[in-house]
Amino acid sequence: MSEEKKIKDKVEFDKNLLERIKELAYNLLQEIKSKKSPSLKTPLRNLANVHYDKEKGYFEIGNKIKKRTLTVSTSKTFAQTLRMLSLSKTLIETDDIATKREAYYVSKNWGDARFLEQPESDAIMDDIEAMFLVNREKLGFIPEEKGGDVAGKLIVIDKDPETGKEIKIDCTKMGTGAYSIPSSVEHLQFETKADFVLAIETAGMYQRLVKHAYWKKSNAILISMGGVPTRACRRFIRRLSDEMKLPVYVFTDGDPYGYLNIYRTLKVGSGNAAHINKYFCVPQAKFIGITPQDIIDYKLPTHPLKEVDIKRVKDGLKNDPFVKQHIEWQRALKQLVEMKKRAEQQALAQHGLNFVITNYLPEKLENQKTWLP
Amino acid sequence: MKQGKEIKEGEDKGVGYSDVSNEKNNENKGIAFELAKKQREISIAEFFEKNRHLLGFDNKRKALLTAVKEAVDNSLDACEEARILPEIKVEITELAEERFRIVVEDNGPGIVKEQIPKIFAKLLYGSKFHTLKQSRGQQGIGISAAVLYAQLTTGRPARITSKINEEENAHFYQLHINTQQNKPEVVEEKSISWNKKSGTRIELDIESSYQKGDQSVDEYLKQTAIINPYATIIYINPKSEQQIFSRTINELPKKAEEIKPHPYGVEVGRLMRMLHETEARTLQSFLTTEFSRVGPSTAKEICEKAGLLPQTKPKTITREETERIIKAIKETKIIAPATDCLSPIGAKQLEEGLRKEFTAEFYTSTQRPAAVYRGNPFIIECALAYSSNLPQDQPIILMRFANKVPLLYQKSACAITRTVSAINWKQYGLQQSKNSLPIGPIVLAVHLASVWAPFTSEAKEAIAHYPEIMKEIKLAVQECARELYAYLRKKQRFHEQIKKKGYIEKYIPHISESLKEILNLREDEVPEIKSALEEILEKTRKIEELETPEEFDEEEKIGIRGEVEEEVENIEEK
Repeated sequence: MSEEKKIKDKVEFDKNLLERIKELAYNLLQEIKSKKSPSLKTPLRNLANVHYDKEKGYFEIGNKIKKRTLTVSTSKTFAQTLRMLSLSKTLIETDDIATKREAYYVSKNWGDARFLEQPESDAIMDDIEAMFLVNREKLGFIPEEKGGDVAGKLIVIDKDPETGKEIKIDCTKMGTGAYSIPSSVEHLQFETKADFVLAIETAGMYQRLVKHAYWKKSNAILISMGGVPTRACRRFIRRLSDEMKLPVYVFTDGDPYGYLNIYRTLKVGSGNAAHINKYFCVPQAKFIGITPQDIIDYKLPTHPLKEVDIKRVKDGLKNDPFVKQHIEWQRALKQLVEMKKRAEQQALAQHGLNFVITNYLPEKLENQKTWLP
Repeated sequence: MKQGKEIKEGEDKGVGYSDVSNEKNNENKGIAFELAKKQREISIAEFFEKNRHLLGFDNKRKALLTAVKEAVDNSLDACEEARILPEIKVEITELAEERFRIVVEDNGPGIVKEQIPKIFAKLLYGSKFHTLKQSRGQQGIGISAAVLYAQLTTGRPARITSKINEEENAHFYQLHINTQQNKPEVVEEKSISWNKKSGTRIELDIESSYQKGDQSVDEYLKQTAIINPYATIIYINPKSEQQIFSRTINELPKKAEEIKPHPYGVEVGRLMRMLHETEARTLQSFLTTEFSRVGPSTAKEICEKAGLLPQTKPKTITREETERIIKAIKETKIIAPATDCLSPIGAKQLEEGLRKEFTAEFYTSTQRPAAVYRGNPFIIECALAYSSNLPQDQPIILMRFANKVPLLYQKSACAITRTVSAINWKQYGLQQSKNSLPIGPIVLAVHLASVWAPFTSEAKEAIAHYPEIMKEIKLAVQECARELYAYLRKKQRFHEQIKKKGYIEKYIPHISESLKEILNLREDEVPEIKSALEEILEKTRKIEELETPEEFDEEEKIGIRGEVEEEVENIEEK
C-alpha cells in the first residue's frame, strides 16, 4: 500500500466516521422533535454475547443489543454519552487525540454531567466504540498505558513525529533495555528474520531472558506483556504474526490468571472488547507453559490455589466460550483444581537460575505435545 | 440496759432446757447463748442503712433524683386523686458542698393535719398498698424513705407545709423519724398563713451530688412532663436555671377506679389471709364478694373443681384446701378483669407529650387494648417521634414509663428494653445489630399502666419480664414501627421524585448542547430541543412513578407463581 493511498484512506475513513456520528445525532434529534424518547443502541459487551469459532480463532461479538432509552433515570448517562460523542467529533475534525485520562478531565467542564471517576468515562468510551464498531483510537481516544517491552531479532520502522522521516529501530541493539510498544501500532512496519515470537507474562522472567540474550540463542523476538496484554501489545504481536508469518508462543505463570486472563485475552480477545477483537487478538498463539502437567514433570515448587483461583476456573469452565471449545483446556483446568496448586514462572529457578534457558524452554519448544491450544 | 435484759431472758430459757441435757448439749447451749446475744429487733434505720439500694439511694447522685421523684410522684398522685390539674414547683439549691435543699410544692388537695406526721415520717404507711388501683406510689415507703435519708445524712428534720382549703390556715411541721420504733417525732408544729388555695410543700436537706445527663433530675422532670402532659412543672436547678414544662392538655386522664383482685392473680399465702379476714360466711359468697369477675356459677365451678362444698366456712379451710382452690381457679375460665381501674394517659396525649419536648417531623402513637398478667389488668401505650435533628448513627432514645413515672435506671434489665431490642427493626427500615436497640433519630416512649406494675426491685427501676406484658409491648411498638416505615417510604419516594425532577433540569442542557455541537445547529434551535426533551422526560417520569407501586406487589406475584408451581408438582405426583 502506498503512503499516499494510506493517508487518503484514513481521511476517507475519518470522514465516514464523522458522517456516522452526525447521522446518529441527527436521528436522535428527529426522534426528540417528534416527542419520542430517543434511544442509543450498543452491542452488549460481555462473555455472554460472544461466539467463538475455532476457524476464525477469536471472540466474535453476538447480536445482543443494549438499548438505552432516554428516561429520567438514564438521563445522566445519556447526556454523558452525547458529550463524549461531541468530544470525539471535535478530535476527529481537528485531527487531535486525547488520552483516556485527558478525556476524563475534559468532562470536568460539563458541570453536573461530569465524571466522578475515570472508570465511568472509560465505560462510556467503550460504549461509543462498540456503537460504531471501531477502536477508540479511531475516535481520537488513546490509552496512556504502555504497550509492552520488546527485545530480539526485529527492526521496527517508525516515523519521526516532527519531521515524518523514517526511523529504523533495531531491537537487537537495546542493550539490557527494551523497545517499548507505542499505544498505536498501525503505522509501524517490520523487518525480521526471527523464527518465532515469545510472549512472556512477567517482567522478571523477561529480564532474565534478555540478560542472557536468549533471543540470540534461539533466534527469537521477546515481548514482555506485564500481565494482561494491552490492546496495542495484542495488535503488535498480531501484525508480527500475520505480516511476518511468525509463530507466537506464550509463556505465563501456571495459574488460572495466566491461563484465562492473560493467554485467553491475547489469543481470542475479551468480552468487554468484543466489538474489536477481530483486530486485537492473536489466534495463531500457542501456550507453551507453565502447564499443570509441567508442575508435575518439572517438580516445581508450588503455592496453594486461592479461593478466587478456584472460582475463576469454575467460571471459565462454565461460561468461557473459548474453554468450552477446547477439551485440552478443560482437562488442564480440572487437573489444576484437583492438584489445588499453582506455580510461578520463576519457580523454575529451583533447578538453577538459568534452567529456564538451558532446559525448560528448549525442551518445551521441541515437544509440541506438551503445549496447549 | 434493754439489751442486757434480753440476754437475761435468754439465760432463763437456756436453764429451762438444760434440765434434760447432757454435756454435749451444754456445748450447743453455749453457741445458742452466743447467738442469742446477737438476736434482736432490727431497727428500721439499720435496715435502711444496709439496704439503701433497694429504695433507690445507692449513691449520692441517685439519692437526689430519688428524693425529688418520690415527692413529685406523691404530688401528682394527690392532684389526680382530687381531680386538680397539677402545677408542681421543684427547686434544688446547693447549701454546701454535696449538700442540697430540695423543695417540692404542689397545688394538690393538701393533707389533713393529723395524717401529716405519719405520711412523711413513718415507713410503710400509706393509702395505696391495700387498694387495687393504678397509682404512682404503691407501698407507702418512698417519701418517708427520703425523709429518713435526709435525717441520716444531714440530721435536719423534714419541713412540711400543707393547706386543705382557703378558709383555714396552713399547718407547718418539722418532723424526725424515730428510727428505733418507726414512729414520727414532731420537732415543731405551728399554724401559719400560706397564700395558696390548697397544696403541700416539702423541704428536705440531703447529702447528694448534682449532675446533668441521662439519669439526672433534669431528665426525670423532662420525661415526667412528657408522660403527664396535663401537668405544669416549674423547675429551678442548683445553677439557678429555671425551666418551665407547661401543660399542653387541659384535661386530666380518666380517674382510676378501685377494683377487687382477679382470681388469676392470687397466690396461696394471700388467699389464706383473705379467707381468714373475710366477713363472708360461705366459700361461694367469699369468692363472689372478694374477687372481681366471679359470679355464682363461676364460684360453684371453682368449688366443684376444688372438691369443696360451696357452703364451707372460709375460716375453716386448710392450707392444703387453699392450694386446691388455687388449682381450681387456674382450671376455670374466668373473664378478664375490668379495666376501669386503669388510668392510661391515651395514645394522643402521650404523643402530645413527646411533641412538646421534641421537635420532630413525624409522630405516631398507639394504645393496646387492656390485657392481664397474673390477674392484674394492664395497658401498653406507645408513642414515637422521628426527628432529623437527632443523631442518625446513634441508638434510638427509649423512654420507659410505668404508671406515668419515668424509669431512668436499670435500662438493660427492663422488659421494655428487652422487648424493643428483640424486635427485628430491619424490616422497618432501621439498622440494628442483633438484640440491641435499633439505630436512628428516633424517640420511642413506652408506657405500662397497671394496677400493680411488676418491678424487679423496690426501687421501681425496671419492669419484670412477664411474657404477657412483653407480648403487648411488642405489638404496640410494632404498630408504631409500621407507621414509621410507611412514613419513611413515603419520604424516600418524595425525595426520589425531587431528585428525578432535578435530573431533568440538570442533564437536558447537556443533551441539547451536545446535539448542537455535533450537528452544528444554530443557537436559536436549542430552546426547541430543550422543551421537547423536557416534555419527553416529564412523560417518562410519570410513567416511572406509576410503575413504582408495582414493586410492592412483587410478593403477591411470587405467591401466585408459587401456587401454580405447587399445582404442577401435585399433578406430577399423581
